[in-house]
Amino acid sequence: MPCDAKSVAAAVLSAADTITAHRDELVRLDQAVGDGDHGENLNRGFGFVRAALEKSIPDTPGAVLKLVATTLIAKVGGAAGPLYGTAFLRAATALGDASELTADLLVAALRAALSGVVARGKAEPGDKTMVDALTPAADATGTTIADILTAAAAAAQAGADSTVPLVARKGRASYLGERSAGHLDPGARSTALLLNAFAKAANT
Amino acid sequence: MKKIINEPADVVVEALRGLGLAHADLLRVGFDPEVVVRVDAPRPGKVAVVSGGGSGHEPLHGGFVGRGMLDAACPGAVFTSPTPDQIQAAVSQVDGGAGVLLLVKNYTGDILNFETAAELLAAEGVDVRTVVIDDDVAVQDSLYTAGRRGVGGTVLVEKIVGAAAEEGAGLDVCERLARVVVANTRSMGMALTAPTVPHVGDPSFTLGADEMEVGIGIHGEPGRRREPLADATGIVAGLLDPILSDLPFTVEDRILLFTNSMGGTPLLELYLAHGIAEEALARKGIRVERKLVGPYVTSLEMQGMSLTLLRLDDELVRLWDAPVHTPALRWGA
Repeated sequence: MPCDAKSVAAAVLSAADTITAHRDELVRLDQAVGDGDHGENLNRGFGFVRAALEKSIPDTPGAVLKLVATTLIAKVGGAAGPLYGTAFLRAATALGDASELTADLLVAALRAALSGVVARGKAEPGDKTMVDALTPAADATGTTIADILTAAAAAAQAGADSTVPLVARKGRASYLGERSAGHLDPGARSTALLLNAFAKAANT
Repeated sequence: MKKIINEPADVVVEALRGLGLAHADLLRVGFDPEVVVRVDAPRPGKVAVVSGGGSGHEPLHGGFVGRGMLDAACPGAVFTSPTPDQIQAAVSQVDGGAGVLLLVKNYTGDILNFETAAELLAAEGVDVRTVVIDDDVAVQDSLYTAGRRGVGGTVLVEKIVGAAAEEGAGLDVCERLARVVVANTRSMGMALTAPTVPHVGDPSFTLGADEMEVGIGIHGEPGRRREPLADATGIVAGLLDPILSDLPFTVEDRILLFTNSMGGTPLLELYLAHGIAEEALARKGIRVERKLVGPYVTSLEMQGMSLTLLRLDDELVRLWDAPVHTPALRWGA
């Protein structure tokens, strides 16, 4: 089945539903090491994304992701807004004006998203951030979109789980020093949730 | 959660509406995006001083908009930095053609959003500079943290730089001055209770009846360590010692002492703590020449306090004393 702008928009909408369903979980995770706003902010941002896509769906997959990016940057604030906004913006740029998403474009988009987040947030693997989930996800390979996203989602969740013992070196959790160890990073978890939602959408 | 609110999602907008009504003589409030702007802005030829950050720290920043301090403030969601479009909107309403100075507290989100806004503004031809405030000695400033947080010192930077801009100082002077104040300011805070973020509904952390959190920030994030509750003398010493040794402040230094409530600590306790701090500094031969006591950089209803010391010189004293007329700080005007 071709993956056109409508399919990508549907995947984004299902990701928005996932964020809503996991809002409280992300709030709890962020309360442990930060200020507890991650679930609320992402849910608020994806609420605006949902409203924008329900009004009209842009013509290409890249344009859909660009709309996600600009909405998150404009509406979320905090660190999550610019970081996820940059991720979607770079992914959108990687897709160009292709009318359909392909496996090759998807791989390029994932890698572009990672390099965008690293450039903006300056975090490295092991800093206990979303980069720990996105880095292994960007290495995912496969012959179909569904295969790649399934592998990316699994890698992202494993990456997120690996943040538990880490001491945070970036973001608000870094203020806790050693006390940040023993907690799952909320940004890594939300990255895994988003990729898992995309994978589910690709498999249906 | 018991709070005087309607819908948690509407807290910031409704509070801004109230701020605008209460202080219509000093400022105007814009919505979508949310900005607080000095009523007589833009002032042609004056450097515009703009700050902003998450809400929940009132009166920071909106309460410091007015003559002799901020030209505009960008209030984000509770404990969440503002977005680039808010910052751009604020700047466009106050830019008087002499340049814009952004005063930014050092948090990952604030840095990212102000950085994005500054890039966009520069692309539009606005002469925009950014000074980052990072006065919190509780955080080790190293490669292994996001760097020191901007806390109580923010109000001192905004007052002093605002005074200079009001006098007609140019953008270079204002920027340099902001860096001087940041370089000479150190803070440390502690908490007895945690704040409850409206959209979360329960306290950000829990403390036993005999515990306190030391080295806290202003967002309900846990502090550096948890300690047995001390008395006021012990608490003040626990805040002062790391501040004094960090700059370091030494005998004969002239300083401004800012004793800040985190929102839930009453003035009775705050003045008690201030007295202990001022006397302790006097015993060390440090000259407390200016003082500020009150809830100015808060963390919702958190009980707790912070101390901020600023090393003064004649220029800083003069600018501190200069007239200011804002909702939260007013003298000489």
